[in-house]
Amino acid sequence: MRFKTRGVLPGFGLSLGYTVLYVGLLVLLPLSAMVIKASSLGLSEFWLKVTDDRALAAYRLSFGSAFVGSLLNAVFGVLVAWVLVRYRFPGRSIVDALVDLPFALPTAVAGIALTTVYAEHGVLGEPLAKLGLKVAFTPLGVTMALTFIGIPFVVRTVQPVLEEIDPDVEEAAAVLGATRFQTFRRVIFPALLPATLTGFALAFARALGEYGSVVFISGNMPMRTEITPLLIVTKLEQYDYAGATAIAAVMLVASFGMLLLINLLERWARRAEA
Amino acid sequence: MTQFSSSASKSAAPRRAFGLSLARAALLLVAASAGLTGCNKKSDAATAEPAGSNSGALATAPGKAPVTLLNVSYDPTRELYQEFNTVFAKYWKDKTGQDVKVNQSHGGGGKQARAVLDGLEADVVTLALGYDVAILADKGKLIPDNWQTRLPQNSAPYTSTIVFVVRKGNPKKIKDWNDLIRDGVQVITPSPKTSGGARWNYLAAWGYALKQPGGDDAKAREFVSKLYKNVPVLDSGARGATTTFVERKIGDVLITWENEAILSVAEFGKDGLELVAPSVSVLTEPPVTVVDKNADKHGTREVAEAYLNFLYTPEGQEIVAKNHFRPRDAAAAAKYKAQFPDVKLFTVDELFGGWSKAQPTHFNDGGIFDQIYQPKK
Repeated sequence: MRFKTRGVLPGFGLSLGYTVLYVGLLVLLPLSAMVIKASSLGLSEFWLKVTDDRALAAYRLSFGSAFVGSLLNAVFGVLVAWVLVRYRFPGRSIVDALVDLPFALPTAVAGIALTTVYAEHGVLGEPLAKLGLKVAFTPLGVTMALTFIGIPFVVRTVQPVLEEIDPDVEEAAAVLGATRFQTFRRVIFPALLPATLTGFALAFARALGEYGSVVFISGNMPMRTEITPLLIVTKLEQYDYAGATAIAAVMLVASFGMLLLINLLERWARRAEA
Repeated sequence: MTQFSSSASKSAAPRRAFGLSLARAALLLVAASAGLTGCNKKSDAATAEPAGSNSGALATAPGKAPVTLLNVSYDPTRELYQEFNTVFAKYWKDKTGQDVKVNQSHGGGGKQARAVLDGLEADVVTLALGYDVAILADKGKLIPDNWQTRLPQNSAPYTSTIVFVVRKGNPKKIKDWNDLIRDGVQVITPSPKTSGGARWNYLAAWGYALKQPGGDDAKAREFVSKLYKNVPVLDSGARGATTTFVERKIGDVLITWENEAILSVAEFGKDGLELVAPSVSVLTEPPVTVVDKNADKHGTREVAEAYLNFLYTPEGQEIVAKNHFRPRDAAAAAKYKAQFPDVKLFTVDELFGGWSKAQPTHFNDGGIFDQIYQPKK
């Protein structure tokens, strides 16, 4: 079979070969090692391990809080990106740099900092506790940590797209008689949707795998605030490599499925826009 | 932002490509943090490993050529071995004329054992529980099955026990284990699922309940269940639990190693921490052993054995006691008597039939600790 459309630059074969090798070595090889390890369990034993009450509770917490966290980021990340792109104000570059901080910070540091702030004697934890709201050592705290680490993903994917949208387009919409809401809904939102979805997917994937920051703020109570990665570490602590990889395999399949779904959604959004 | 794609027909496309490659990276992160091989232990090993693997070549020339040992240990022994290594190096130099450098690797006990199991070439291990060393024999075949009888005293040259740390003035009047199950007392102890130290805490409480008049397994189980009802946070490691108690001021009592308690009280004493010794507790016996396979490969068996034996000498025992571990040697024990409170001690072998039984019964998946938290159906 020949690839008919020829690009301007040569080297398709070479670069594709490199891509396959790269993805194969860095992604597929370790992942297949994991699957092989997990398959050392029999099917029934595998099923038993990945569906026990504790694992189910952990999936619920992990997927639930990662979802809520990245949803919050999808909404407020777009807002932050909007402010950073459309307005000029003193300290803008500082805010811009701050957005990346959760990226750069070792996650354990983030976890310790968040716990210090939100624990019952913390700066925010104390007044919140008086209002009857406990953050640290509850699922809310987990969500908080996952939101924190996901901020840069949405902002950084939406920002460049927003920069490309010419304010003239909005003016044109206004001139043509669109209300402000219509301008947002019909002009800006469709243009931002694909990037927002990508940002959401990245934040979500990152949040699912997050361990370092969460173990500090979650309190790790079995059945209540135990995230799935902690369950995996717990199993490793018993030298139950097969059990650990079984849970890991479930997470992997689930996150792959979700990323795929989001990619499809994104493609649909892109087409709808065009 | 640089452009990665050459087919930039649409302005957003290059960014999108960047975003997607990030997505792949994030997916990889999921896998990595899922603990495939665990990156933490790699970083622990990173500083120590090169020296450890070089030592083979260096040690083949007998006598004068310098030699390197890698001692893989758990967290609270950091200061102990820092001091011990210097003294041992001097002793070895005087005795054989050979220079010896001992590299240290510290971390959570279980994580450290896994690192050695997965190929970190430790010449000796000095870990927190027999269970973590036994795994090197069972799963790794790195040491013979009879490893624990090769050195005196169950291969544990020093011991410790589990005690309480309370706030200044002991406002909740905590004197003994039964005070920990009272209503309104918050107990801080890490999760025994992830922390080796926490397993000692759990077994100490269980043993106390067993040793009470009329105590049996059912009563002990009830006692331990009640105790964990009073635990608001299960940190993943001992250091985390100390932070929760000391820095965040959560809880009324911290259950911890005696050596850690002595250090915390000394360090934070003026901020208001006190050590309380219970009437009964567990004798913790952190075992040491030469990792035969690695030592033979490096040709370091002789110096590795001497290193561990030196722990048992009066000089070694003195360093042990100075670092708040309980020495085996009677003379050192007498000299440092004042810092070790009088506690009736039982061993895991006596009450639980050893770690090989205690671990699966209490701490493995579906064990008694899990059942405490399993909702009643």
